[in-house]
Amino acid sequence: MATRVRDSEQVAPPQTRPAARLDTTGVADDAELEALASRRLRVALALTGAMLVVYFGFILLIAFAKDFLAKEITDGLTVGIALGVLVILTTWALTWTYVRWANRVYEPALARLRR
Amino acid sequence: MLLAKFVPGEANSVAIVFFLVFVGIALGISWWASRRTRTTEQFYAAGHSVTGFQNGLALAGDYMSAASFLGIAGLVALTGFDGLIYSIGFLVGWPIVLFLIAEPLRNLGRYTFADAVAYRLKQTPVRLAAAVGTLSVATFYLIAQMVGAGTLINLIFGLPYSASVVIVGAVMLTLLLLGGMIATTWVQIVKAVLLIGGATVMAFLVLGEFGMNPLDLFGTAADENGDKVLAPGSLISGHWDALSLGLALMFGTAGLPHILMRFYTVPDAKAARTSVSWATLFIGFFYLLTFILGFGAMALVGQGPIKGIDEGGNAAALLLAENVAGTPFFGFIAAVAFATILAVVAGLTLSGAAALSHDVWVNVVRHGDAPEQEQLRVARIATFLMGGFAIVLGIVLQGQNIAFMVGLAFAIAASANFPALLMAIFWRGFTTAGAVSSILVGAISALVLIYVSPTIQVDVLGHEDALFPLKNPALISMPLAFGVGILVSLLRPEPSARARFVEAERRIMLGETAGPAPARSAVAPSRAR
Repeated sequence: MATRVRDSEQVAPPQTRPAARLDTTGVADDAELEALASRRLRVALALTGAMLVVYFGFILLIAFAKDFLAKEITDGLTVGIALGVLVILTTWALTWTYVRWANRVYEPALARLRR
Repeated sequence: MLLAKFVPGEANSVAIVFFLVFVGIALGISWWASRRTRTTEQFYAAGHSVTGFQNGLALAGDYMSAASFLGIAGLVALTGFDGLIYSIGFLVGWPIVLFLIAEPLRNLGRYTFADAVAYRLKQTPVRLAAAVGTLSVATFYLIAQMVGAGTLINLIFGLPYSASVVIVGAVMLTLLLLGGMIATTWVQIVKAVLLIGGATVMAFLVLGEFGMNPLDLFGTAADENGDKVLAPGSLISGHWDALSLGLALMFGTAGLPHILMRFYTVPDAKAARTSVSWATLFIGFFYLLTFILGFGAMALVGQGPIKGIDEGGNAAALLLAENVAGTPFFGFIAAVAFATILAVVAGLTLSGAAALSHDVWVNVVRHGDAPEQEQLRVARIATFLMGGFAIVLGIVLQGQNIAFMVGLAFAIAASANFPALLMAIFWRGFTTAGAVSSILVGAISALVLIYVSPTIQVDVLGHEDALFPLKNPALISMPLAFGVGILVSLLRPEPSARARFVEAERRIMLGETAGPAPARSAVAPSRAR
């Protein structure tokens, strides 16, 4: 097998070299790809965790701290309503964070892998 | 006011004109889309040609049901802060869809979420189990929408309940059979624009009465109805109930088959990402508006008149529209509510039909090897069956509690569909037996726990007590589905599934061209592209 490859290399180097190069980059690709995949997973899990903490923090306050949420900040605005609006704004902020990371870091890295 | 006032149960000419205009638009879209629906690729996935922004609007149109528009506005009008808990809960699932589900799903599958779960597992058992998960979620959600449609159209247009359900069903079936996903997408886009536009105008008009200051609005509502409306009250009583409902709302979104199916309409994972971020923006904005609309109805219309028409408060948004801008605006909002129902039932019916035709018929019965023309024919037959089923259920189950049906659909989605999908995407050691047991245990435990919960035992059957204390089962059924899936996978490893994980990961990141097609490729190559 090895000799045959060497033979063909001598006979027709342009044919085997691209094949050999494809092979090695394929291996490097897989390691890089897995690294990028686990990087995306880490970012996704961190942001998911942040969303869980914010939302279930809010739910736990509703369940256990009703009096705190009923406090008036100013006329017409309670802590509960203010925090409710904040949860919605946080949802947007986390979404924006992920999309920005994906566009600035993830997509360029993917583009390098694709090449 | 020059035009006839809104009288519930009596035909209102303005509302009927707007309604007919919208039906005309929907039929026009169907006719236009029918000329572009020649392959299964187009029927199920709009030819993967929808842009990220368009799909963001369509997702919003698919998701914001009449329950969330009329229901939440009514809930806020009657309970204040407690209603907002739903507004927020229906939004927070979207980032989870974005971070964990949308991109992998887009690249692993073709038409249904079962494509992604079954990617490196054994096709037949996984697809059958996933069809059970999809059909149970779609059925309960459809019941809620059809019952809501019948009640609403009866209220607005004065048609008998059954006739209302049949009309919604007939328009939906025309739309789906002619134009499939392309027509559904555009009806959802039109509906989202009308709904968000209409709600924005209404919110401005409401705020106009309070010097554009929302705090004045909240303050007035509290002066009239007591400070309690600005604070958590009795709607969510138990601590564990609050947690369980929160879990179902958050993770249910990521397991709704009609929402997951929309990600196949875009060309690639990047567009899937873009579409969720637009959807999150639109849906979040809409739910912020429900703060204004709900308290606006409370302050301007008053709780008495709202309850006078419908105990559940479903008429709040309609009465508010008439209050702030007269009968023409009321007619417009009524037609928007109809558009809302139509867009959601179309998406749901299509997802149920895809489970029957693509998962069960093509991939299980025909082992993934059916000619294109047969696939398209079976898809249309399944759509017809699913639509007919929805109409029958809507008529038979008149008077069912809508909120309960929606809660149940979310609980099953969070327990049956979401855990299996998540583990299939991210866990190397996940197996066929793990997926099947997780889906079935999730679906069955959610159903059984709902049956023994106070929602059925006390509220529906009128018993004193219930075996299971929680109103929503997700707190138990979702961890159970995860636990069973993990345990079964660990006890009986599946080397072939493990071996294909890297390939699946490659495909998740690089898309369809990256690796060899799945063992039993879902679909024959489409002809016209």
